[in-house]
Amino acid sequence: MDYIPTTPEQRDHMLRTIGVDSVEELFADIPETLRLKRRLDLPQGMTEAELLRHMRELAGKNRHLDELVCFAGGGAYDHIVPAAVRTVISRSEFYTSYTPYQAEITQGVLQTIFEYQTLICQLTGMDVANASLYDGASAAAEGMIITCAHTGRSRVLVAETCHPEYRQVVETYLRHQGIAVDTVPAREGVIDLEALDERLENDVAGLLVQHPNFFGHLEPVREAGETVHAAGGLFVVSVDPISLGLLAPPGSYGADVAVGEGQSLGNHLSFGGPYLGFLAVREELVRRIPGRIVGETVDAQGRRGYVLTLQTREQHIRRERATSNICTNQALNALAASAYLALIGKEGLQEVARLSFQKAHYLASRLEESSKVRRPWQQPYFKEFVIETDLPATELQSRLVQEGFVAGPAFSQVGLAPETALIVCATEARTKREIDRFVEAVTHATGR
Amino acid sequence: MFEATPLLFESGAPGRKGFAFPPCDVPETSIHEAIPPEFLREEPAPLPELSELEVIRHYVRLSRKNYAVDVGIYPLGSCTMKYNPKVNEEAADLPGFKRLHPYQPEETVQGALELMYHLERFLCEIAGLDRASLQPSAGAHGELLGLMLIKAYHASRGEEGRDEILIPDSAHGTNPASAAMCGYKVVEIPSDERGGMDVKEVKRRVGPKTAGLMLTNPNTLGLFDENIAAIAQAVHDAGGLLYYDGANANAILGISRPGDMGFDIVHFNLHKTFSTPHGGGGPGAGPIAVTKELAPFLPAPTVERRPDGSFYLERHRPQAVGRIRSFYGNFGVLVRAYAYIRAHGPEGLRRVSEHAVLHANYLMRRLAPYFDLPYDRHCKHEFVLSGKRQKQRGVRTTDIAKRLLDYGIHAPTIYFPLIVDEAIMIEPTETEPLEALDAFAEAMIQIAQEVERDPETVKSAPHRTPVGRLDEARAARRPVLRWRPPAEDTAATQER
Ligand SMILES: Cc1ncc(COP(=O)(O)O)c(C=O)c1O
Repeated sequence: MDYIPTTPEQRDHMLRTIGVDSVEELFADIPETLRLKRRLDLPQGMTEAELLRHMRELAGKNRHLDELVCFAGGGAYDHIVPAAVRTVISRSEFYTSYTPYQAEITQGVLQTIFEYQTLICQLTGMDVANASLYDGASAAAEGMIITCAHTGRSRVLVAETCHPEYRQVVETYLRHQGIAVDTVPAREGVIDLEALDERLENDVAGLLVQHPNFFGHLEPVREAGETVHAAGGLFVVSVDPISLGLLAPPGSYGADVAVGEGQSLGNHLSFGGPYLGFLAVREELVRRIPGRIVGETVDAQGRRGYVLTLQTREQHIRRERATSNICTNQALNALAASAYLALIGKEGLQEVARLSFQKAHYLASRLEESSKVRRPWQQPYFKEFVIETDLPATELQSRLVQEGFVAGPAFSQVGLAPETALIVCATEARTKREIDRFVEAVTHATGR
Repeated sequence: MFEATPLLFESGAPGRKGFAFPPCDVPETSIHEAIPPEFLREEPAPLPELSELEVIRHYVRLSRKNYAVDVGIYPLGSCTMKYNPKVNEEAADLPGFKRLHPYQPEETVQGALELMYHLERFLCEIAGLDRASLQPSAGAHGELLGLMLIKAYHASRGEEGRDEILIPDSAHGTNPASAAMCGYKVVEIPSDERGGMDVKEVKRRVGPKTAGLMLTNPNTLGLFDENIAAIAQAVHDAGGLLYYDGANANAILGISRPGDMGFDIVHFNLHKTFSTPHGGGGPGAGPIAVTKELAPFLPAPTVERRPDGSFYLERHRPQAVGRIRSFYGNFGVLVRAYAYIRAHGPEGLRRVSEHAVLHANYLMRRLAPYFDLPYDRHCKHEFVLSGKRQKQRGVRTTDIAKRLLDYGIHAPTIYFPLIVDEAIMIEPTETEPLEALDAFAEAMIQIAQEVERDPETVKSAPHRTPVGRLDEARAARRPVLRWRPPAEDTAATQER
């Protein structure tokens, strides 16, 4: 099955126009020795019906979350996706276009990006946002790169309580630029402010804190921010956008850069991607932003319109001196996020945050009734928290699957200890009945 | 039809909602007891308030002001704007793919892991290499990861001093930007008169400082670099590695393999070559395939198969360079690319490249009499014209691009590659019918004639689009990067 419309007669017509006898002649400049003399060793092609049967079969080997009930978190969340989000992102005028290089015929995408930038600013309380980055982790890395570029310093601090995969991504990105990444240890499941103080010298470009952190806890962001600012560094916060329906926005407590994973905003879990990283900064840092930014302008008649702007920061102009190498981003995921925020609106964001808070707190209170379940820390939290049992967490996860539930990540899935600990999470999508049944399943699994 | 669309923030009414969440069915905890007040938001985020219908109309109206592959030919060079088969959308939308949490136990995601396992092998076969990582989210992300692998490889041999990456002057901006992000110095290599990399220069510039060379082949002029074997040998002899920017792989599927050309690392842009939709700017995916020697440095986790046939994520990779994103990559994009490869099979993929090249050469010959063709030889899947002749009449390539919009056609890529004056880079792709190629050619030819007859019309284009030519200089000089409520806006302006 292919999608090539050219008939043999049309092919011959084209060959005649070109002035060659065969298609092969067009490849004559590829040295003989470099040509593949055999067919690619790939399975035979399929028709659409065969393909769909095959894809359904593969998908059928997975147990998805309409079948298993999701109590998993750790950076990817089962929030409700309104049906209308799908209608918006399924418009093929959006999803089959590309980066809006020709502004006059891509005002649709450009305006949606401008609106997305505004929505992210409204959420985070920051001044300027970009058009999206690959995911929350790479957004955190880009945020830290901004701190180095702005301060001219080459050491950064990352709280140990950040998502371990985010910490790894930040470390990988920055190490390759010759920037040292030091970890600020945790105490009682949150950043240890004394340890932060000890590590802060005048060579620190920035500090990354995740709030709520990987364990679900709220971090002392005000104190952390003041501390790093006092040493002349910048404060980067990674936030859960849903939490901002309840929690103070980064702009209100002195964040210089706010980043995060936008999946929760109308994007399906999709086994980890595609998601979107958002990044927003204070006005002063605008020229250090990585990636696309859309700005408002006018045409000759004074009509309002939108264009890609401040492009002298970007790779296609600035090349090795660009603020980042990013080109293709996660525009369609950002569109889903915008549509989601537009649909749920001012009231809805507060509701989804409150509901998630309530469900998670009910879940915790019910789990605490079980003598086999321990919560290692008693910190304020938002929608997820850590539990420990006597079982290896991966074993608990497997037993829970048998009862129809997904929980996690197990600490061992993200390289943390102890192996008996895992994250559990409840969003607004969970019902009381599901939570009660889950608690029973946990009790049953741990009591065996 | 093209009336201005108010912003989301200028629409709706206080108290309106477009979605209802379920009521709270659990006993409530006091938020104020559970969370200290300094953590709480004082004012709700000032989000818009609209009904569902208003939101839908808003976006449908905006979509009608947007050009796309499903609307018409999109000959944007270097971007491979081919048709995005709808069955792939349907496949990615199956709950068995879409509704999976990344931390579900492995026994519940065997189908997803199987798909990734096989996709890795397909890409390796197409590239002529041994192992791959599906983690990179786009081409540039793949470049960054590939360069990190180069660094790790040299470090493993105690050759940390290699800090230069050779890149041709025709390269895409992401190549030097990725090299810099990876802490490398960029050594720019000029192109020769046939449009390839100047082999003499490569030989002169390689040495003990060389970490590697990045090349797109066919290159950004759409020309196959015939000297690739000599270039590869020179770089390898000097101890460096070769990186293949696969943005142009649509020209070589089943015809020639980067691994056989001597490349050690290849990225593919799944959103170009393998038809996953471009999404208005993303998401894409940029998996990299590498040689056996580089495989140990690929980031964790990899997907592996046990003797009993089950699949698992291998997290223990002691030599790995480290993660470059969370989870396992843009899985939903991988599903679509996998489906595309399965639909086409080996013959289908080869036909793709043959027709991509046929269509490009046809268009090139149709347009050659009217525009300058700086490199007059068979092209591969795209070609680059120069608007030099038109510039002499005072008409710039931008003007030609804008005028095309009046013909209802998306413009080619312009001003790239940088080595061609007034560059016009055209990539028709294999999925465009002859009629669309001809319509595009006719429009270009008419514009070339307009440049002679009536240059003003071209210079002031576009005339028939929802907005006229937008003032980009103003946007950059006085950046308005978000909407603000009118009062706030005035206050902010006065402050400046
Ligand atoms: C030649 C070339 N290299 C690299 C890239 C970067 O790929 P991506 O946009 O997927 O990051 C592009 C994208 O347009 C390209 O054309």
